[in-house]
Amino acid sequence: MLVTSAHAQETTPAAPGAEPHGTPPADAHGGAAAHTEVPGEAAHGAFPPFDASTFPSQLLWLAITFGLFYLFLKRVVLPRIGGILELRRDRIAQDLDQAALMKSEADAAVAAYEQELTEAKAKANGIGQQARDAAKGEADAQRRKVEGELESKLAEAEARIASIKASAMAEVGSIAEDTSAAIVQRLTGGKVDRAALAAAVKAARG
Amino acid sequence: MAAADKVDPIHQFHINKLIPIEIGGYDLSFTNASLFMVATVIVASAFLYLTTSNRGLIPSRLQSVSEMGYEFVASMLRDAAGTQGMKFFPLVFSLFMFVLVANLLGMVPYFFTVTSHIIVTFALASLVIGTVIVYGFWKHGLHFFHLFVPSGVPGVLLPLVVAIEVISFLSRPISLSVRLFANMLAGHITLKVFSGFVVSLSAMGAVGIAGSILPLAMAVALTGLEFLVSFLQAYVFAVLTCMYLNDALHPGH
Repeated sequence: MLVTSAHAQETTPAAPGAEPHGTPPADAHGGAAAHTEVPGEAAHGAFPPFDASTFPSQLLWLAITFGLFYLFLKRVVLPRIGGILELRRDRIAQDLDQAALMKSEADAAVAAYEQELTEAKAKANGIGQQARDAAKGEADAQRRKVEGELESKLAEAEARIASIKASAMAEVGSIAEDTSAAIVQRLTGGKVDRAALAAAVKAARG
Repeated sequence: MAAADKVDPIHQFHINKLIPIEIGGYDLSFTNASLFMVATVIVASAFLYLTTSNRGLIPSRLQSVSEMGYEFVASMLRDAAGTQGMKFFPLVFSLFMFVLVANLLGMVPYFFTVTSHIIVTFALASLVIGTVIVYGFWKHGLHFFHLFVPSGVPGVLLPLVVAIEVISFLSRPISLSVRLFANMLAGHITLKVFSGFVVSLSAMGAVGIAGSILPLAMAVALTGLEFLVSFLQAYVFAVLTCMYLNDALHPGH
């Protein structure tokens, strides 16, 4: 610090120009006399960051530059970046909504397809059942018809048997009378009372 | 003299008048410091403006850098001060970008480091603390003094705690500005010293050149470290700004 301050004092008088880098020390008027017009100039040889003579200039230019920077960012840049980010967020949300909508549509389509499938299955089952029922009904009707025919034939046959049996049974009496008359005639040799015979046969038959 | 000039680590902090201006006895010259403030603002503004000019839904690489900076600062502020703090977002973002770009520009050889002057960092810190005080009183009135009275402190200890709180509040602009200033100053001096070793050792012939390898490696490593410090100090400055703004928004601890 001591060395550098001495060095700085050497180079100060040349300061208003370009960088004092390599400038020969103009120590001829190195005293404070040349700089008395600026109050803080006496401290010029100090450590530069603590040199109060530069403060007004630094503060002024910092205020100007930082103020403009702040206004520019606030008015132009930040709304723009904020807008970009907002737009992107909205767009992503919108796309997600779209995707959700499409998914629900796809789900609905799948549900509709399955519904149709079950309906078609039910319909096919119905048609099959109907066909089965119809075939069965027809078969039943046919069977009933055949059975009816058979039954009527049976009844007819039975009726004929009954009539034959009845006529046969009716003839049994006269046969019995004739037989018994013949037997009585042979045994007794006399005339047989037909009426008494018929009564006896009748009683025997019960 | 020329050799001594090269290894003078303070030389880089000298302020030279480029356009002398003097108003009312004050030296308001346009200096190399002013030039680099302008450069900082132009570089930062141009980068942010041009990279986002496409407004791409899918960002280009550079656009995503600007967006990352935006979201980085936004989440920093939201974490520290809540959504109410977002009204200070332009201020915090401007401070962060200004300090960051000024620090990084200072890393370029022969460039002036704006933030290596305490008056600049102190002015920025005062801006932060001034905002905290003005907004705090405007929003909460005298209620803002609750900042200095933590709840749940026994009555006996209260004067002591309040004194500590007041001192810590008053020291904030100093610590905020000195932290940034000292980091940048010390880093640049160290870099210069090690680079100076390389130059002076190399002037001593073959042995010196061999011996200068160590400080050269050190200078390279320090350059990397200084880039880290440049970013870190901008980050620390912005984080502390957010935390102080939180006090202005919620003074009741």
